[in-house]
Amino acid sequence: MLNSLFNRKSFKHGVRPQEFKELTNKLPIRRLPFASTLIVPLSQHAGKPSVPLVKPGQEVVRGQPIAAADGFLSVPQHAPATGRVESIQLMPSARGPKTQSLILHVYQASTQQELYENAHDIDTLSPDEIIQAVQEAGMVGLGGAAFPTHVKMKPPPEHEVDTLVANGCECEPYLTCDHRIMLEQPGNLIQGIRLVQRALGVERAVIGIEDNKIDAVRAIAEHLPNDAAISVEAVQTKYPQGAEKMLIRSLLGREVPPGQFPSAVGVSVFNVGTLAQIGELLPHGRGVIERVVTVSGPGVAKPGNYLVPVGTPIRFLLEFAGVTSNAHEVILGGPMMGMSVAALDVPVTKAMSGMVVFEQQNPDIERGPTMPCIRCGYCVDACPMHLNPSMLGLLAAAGDYPTMASDYHLNDCFECGSCSYVCPSNIPLVQYFRVAKSVNRDLAQKAT
Amino acid sequence: MSELRITTDLRSSPHLKQTVSVPQIMRNVVYALLPVCAWSVYAFGISVLLLLITTTLTCMLSEALFCRLSGKPSSISDGSIAITGLLLALTLPPGFPLWMAAVAAFVAVGLGKALFGGLGYNVMNPALVGRAFVQAAFPVAITTWSPPFLPGRFSEVIPSTLTAPFMKPVPIEQWVEQQSIDVFTGATPLALQKFEQIITPWPDLLTGTIAGSAGETSALIILLGGIYLAARKMMDWRLPVGVMLGAVIVSLPFWLLDASRYPDPLFVLLSGGLMLGAVFMVTDMVASPVTPLGVWIYALFIGMLTVVIRLFGGLTEGVMYAILLGNAISPLISLVTQSKIFGERQKP
Repeated sequence: MLNSLFNRKSFKHGVRPQEFKELTNKLPIRRLPFASTLIVPLSQHAGKPSVPLVKPGQEVVRGQPIAAADGFLSVPQHAPATGRVESIQLMPSARGPKTQSLILHVYQASTQQELYENAHDIDTLSPDEIIQAVQEAGMVGLGGAAFPTHVKMKPPPEHEVDTLVANGCECEPYLTCDHRIMLEQPGNLIQGIRLVQRALGVERAVIGIEDNKIDAVRAIAEHLPNDAAISVEAVQTKYPQGAEKMLIRSLLGREVPPGQFPSAVGVSVFNVGTLAQIGELLPHGRGVIERVVTVSGPGVAKPGNYLVPVGTPIRFLLEFAGVTSNAHEVILGGPMMGMSVAALDVPVTKAMSGMVVFEQQNPDIERGPTMPCIRCGYCVDACPMHLNPSMLGLLAAAGDYPTMASDYHLNDCFECGSCSYVCPSNIPLVQYFRVAKSVNRDLAQKAT
Repeated sequence: MSELRITTDLRSSPHLKQTVSVPQIMRNVVYALLPVCAWSVYAFGISVLLLLITTTLTCMLSEALFCRLSGKPSSISDGSIAITGLLLALTLPPGFPLWMAAVAAFVAVGLGKALFGGLGYNVMNPALVGRAFVQAAFPVAITTWSPPFLPGRFSEVIPSTLTAPFMKPVPIEQWVEQQSIDVFTGATPLALQKFEQIITPWPDLLTGTIAGSAGETSALIILLGGIYLAARKMMDWRLPVGVMLGAVIVSLPFWLLDASRYPDPLFVLLSGGLMLGAVFMVTDMVASPVTPLGVWIYALFIGMLTVVIRLFGGLTEGVMYAILLGNAISPLISLVTQSKIFGERQKP
C-alpha cells in the first residue's frame, strides 16, 4: 500500500485543479423525465452526418433507428422516445453552426418502455460482426470526443494492437458520470471490454482509474474474471490524466509519437462509459438513446448524475436541476476543456458528459487583468505535451502563427488548458492557440 | 416549472483558474527580501535604511514617470518595481551617497526596464543595470566599504551617505576610526582573500558579521528567503542550485591544486554577492530562460563565470557582470534548448 503511494502511475507535468467532485460523486444515477420535444442532431459525431430514415409526421417507437449511417465513418441515430417526428430542420448546436436535426414530439402518455429490439447472441459474434453491431448501436466516444467507436475498433493494419485501455480517469473537475457508471455498472463495463477485446483480438485489457476513485477500483476488482485478461490500475489524480496519450504513458510507459494515434504504440483507448454502453446495448441490439450527464457547479441547485435522453434541450435539464438566481455561465463538458454555450436551446448530445454552471463573481473562475508574460515558466512545467506555451504565446501576440506551427509544435497542443490555468499573467493562451490553428488552417486552404 | 431566464457569459476554456497572480508572486519576493533588508539595517544602521528608501522611492517615481511618458497605465501596483528598488539598495555599499543611489535607481528603471517596454520585456535585471551604471560612473563610492556593527550606527549616518548631489563622496575613514575599537582596513572578505590571502571564517560569512554591500553579508538570511520562495513555487530552485553548482565546479579544482592561492568552494559560495545574486537576481523570471535544459545551462554559466572573474579578473567580485552576461544570452539559450515534446523522446 505504501509502495503504491510512492510509485503512483503517472505522466510528467500537468496541473492539480480542485476537484469539486464531492458535489455529485455520492449521488446515484437518476433518470430525467422526458421533455415534450427532443432535438436529435444528425451530426453528433465526428464523420459524415446520418441520413434520416423517417419522414415528418411519422410515428416512432423508442429505440427505433431513425437515421442511418452514411458510410463507415458515420453512425446511425435512434429515437430517444416514443412519439411523432415533427420536422427535420436546421437547429442550433452547442458547437456553433446549425445542424440538421430531427424534431421529435414526445407522447407524454407513453410509458416509454423500450420496445425496439434486435437481439444478438453475443457469444457467437465474429470480430467483424461485433464492429458492425457497435456501429449499428450508433456508438461514439462518450468521454467527449464523439469519434465513432467502431472506427477505433479497426486500427490501421500496419499497427499491431496488443492492449486495450479502458479510460476511467475522468480528470475534469466536477464530472462524476464515469465514476457512477463504474460503481453502478461494473458488469456492463466488463462485458463491453470483453466484446471490444474480441473485436480487436487483444489479450490484455487495463482499466485506468484516477486514485481519487478508489471505491470504483475496488468495485471493478470484485467483478473481474479470474483469467487475468483484464486488470484495473489506479493512476495519480492529476489533470489531464484522462487524455489518452497521458493515460497510455501512465499505465504502460509508452509514448504515442506526435501526430499519431494510440494504435501506433499498440494501444486502443475507450472511455469506460462507452464500454459500459457497449456491454449493455449490444446483447439487445439497441442503440444509444440516453447517457449519464453530471449536472454540477455552484450555480446548480440540485447537482446530480442524470440519465438524460439524447436530444433533451439543456434548458429542460437546467430547469429540472434548478439554477441559482446568480447563475451566469453554462459550460458543456468539464470546466477545463468544455465550452460555454450562448443559447440554452441546444440539445444534449451523445458526447456530452457534463454541464457545469458557474455564478457571477466566482473566485474559482475569476480572471484578473491580462499582464505581460514574465516568463515564469509555470506553463512550461504544466504542459503535458512538453511544449513551450510561453514562447507560443509570445509568437501569437506577435501574430506569427506559421512559426508557431513550424517551429514550436502548435499542432500537438490538444487544448487541455493547463497553461492558461496556471498563467499568473492571466494570458488566455489556449484561446490564442485556437485562433492560431484556425488562421493556419485558412492559410493552408488558400494555398491549395 | 417557471421559465428559466439566465444570461450566459461566453468564455474560452479553461473555465477554472489557479489564483496565483503576478502581483502575488512579486509581493512574496518582497516578503522574502524584507529579512535581508532588516538584517542590513541592523548591521549598518540608518544609512542603509535611507538607502533602501531612496532607491525604492526613486524606482517607483521613475516607473510612474516612464509609464506616463509612454502613455501606459501605471504599473507600480504589480510590485515588480519595489523589488528592483530593494534589490538595488542591497547591492550598494552601506554608505553609498544617496544622490548616486537615486541616479542608479533612475537608470535601473529607465535603461533597464522602461526602454525595453516595461515588465516582461526587459532583457536584463533592471537593478543590476542600475548597479553596473554606477559602478562605472562612481568607481570610488562603489568600493568604499564601512564595517558592520559600529556603535553609533543608529544615531549617526555614515558621512558619505549625505554627500551633496554631484559632489565627490565624503571620506569615511576618520569617522570609522572614531567609531570602531579595532583597526578596520575597509576590505571585504573577497578583497582580503584576493590581495592578502586572508580567508574569512565561514560562520562570519554565513551570519553576516562582515563588510560588504548592504544586503549581501548574511548568506543564511538570503538562503532562508530563497527557501521560502522555492517552497511557495514562486522561485525556480534549479537556478540558485545551478549557480552554486557552477561556482563549485570551477573553484574546487583550483583549490585542490593550490589551497594557499585559491579560496575553498565554501568561501566562494558564501562570500560576496554570490548568494544574493543566485537567490534573488538570477531567479528574475523575465530575464531567465524557461526551457528545462536552458535553466540549467544559464545557471551553471553564471556560477562558473562569477568564479572565473573572481579568480582571474581584475575585479574582486564577478557576480554582477556574470548575471548581466547570462541575461544577455538567456534568449539565445531558450532558443537552442527547446525541449523534445511528448512522444519524441521515446523510440516506439
